[in-house]
Amino acid sequence: MREAMDAWTFVIASYAIGVGATAVMIAWSLITMKRAERRRDETRAR
Amino acid sequence: MHGFANPARFLRIARWLMPLCMGVGIVLTAVALGWGLFVVPPERLQGETVRILFLHVPAAWLGMAGWMGIAAASFTEVVWRHPLAAIAARACAVPGALFTAICLVTGSLWGRPAWGTWWVWDGRLTSMLVLLFLYFGWLALARASEGVEGGAARAPAIFGLVGAVNIPIIHYSVIWWKVQHQPPSITMGKSAIDGAFLWPLLAATLGFTLIFAGVVLARMRALLASQQAEARLRRKAMAEVEF
Repeated sequence: MREAMDAWTFVIASYAIGVGATAVMIAWSLITMKRAERRRDETRAR
Repeated sequence: MHGFANPARFLRIARWLMPLCMGVGIVLTAVALGWGLFVVPPERLQGETVRILFLHVPAAWLGMAGWMGIAAASFTEVVWRHPLAAIAARACAVPGALFTAICLVTGSLWGRPAWGTWWVWDGRLTSMLVLLFLYFGWLALARASEGVEGGAARAPAIFGLVGAVNIPIIHYSVIWWKVQHQPPSITMGKSAIDGAFLWPLLAATLGFTLIFAGVVLARMRALLASQQAEARLRRKAMAEVEF
C-alpha cells in the first residue's frame, strides 16, 4: 500500500534548503571578499 | 589564456565580471525558480515533485563542474605553475561541495514521494556521495598544505587530478549499471523533456551557473587579497628585523 504524502511539503523543503544555502554562500563569499580586500588596503596604507 | 594568469590583469577583469555574473545569475535564477514553482504544470507521473528538479539538476551539474574546475586548475598548476591556478582550485571547492550536498538532499527529498525511499545505494547516488567525500578530503588537504613549500604544496593538485576519475563514473553510472536513477534526459542536441519543463530547467541551470561563476570570482579575489596582505606584512616584518 502506498502512503498518502503531500508532495508540496517535499517541494517547499527542497526550495528552502537549496535557495537558503545558495543565499548564505553568496553572502559569505561577498563578506569574506570585502573583508580581505579591506585588510589588504590597510596593510598598503600602513 | 596565459595572460589571464597575471594577478593584476585578473583583478581588473574580476572587478566588473564578478558583480555582472552574480547580478544576472540571481535575477535569472529567481525568474526560473518562480517559473518552475508557480507556472509549470504538474507532470503526468511525478506530479508536483517535478518542481524539485529545477534545483536538483543545476546542483548536480555544478557539483560535477566544481570538480572539473579543480581538475583543470590543478593541471594548469602542475604543468605551467600559473600563480592563479591554486587560488582558482581553492575557490571552486566550497561552492562545488555545497552544490553536491544540495543535489544529494534535494534528490533525497524527490526520491521519498517518487520512489518511496529516501536513499538507494545505486551507482549514480553512491558516486555522487563519493564526490562529496572527495570535496571534504580536498578541502582538508588544501588547509593542511597552506604555507608548505616544495613538492608537498602540490598535493591538493595531484588529488584534484586523481579525483577527476569520479566524474565520468557519475556521468556513465546510469548507462553502465542497472540503477534506480533514470538515464540521461538531455543528450547532445536531443531532449526527452517536454518544452514546458525544459525551458525553465535550462534557465535555472544557466542562472545557477552564473551565480557559481560569481562566487568563484569573489572567492578568488578574497584569497588573492589575503595572500597579498600576508606577503606585505611578512616583508615589513623582515625589514624591521634587519634594521
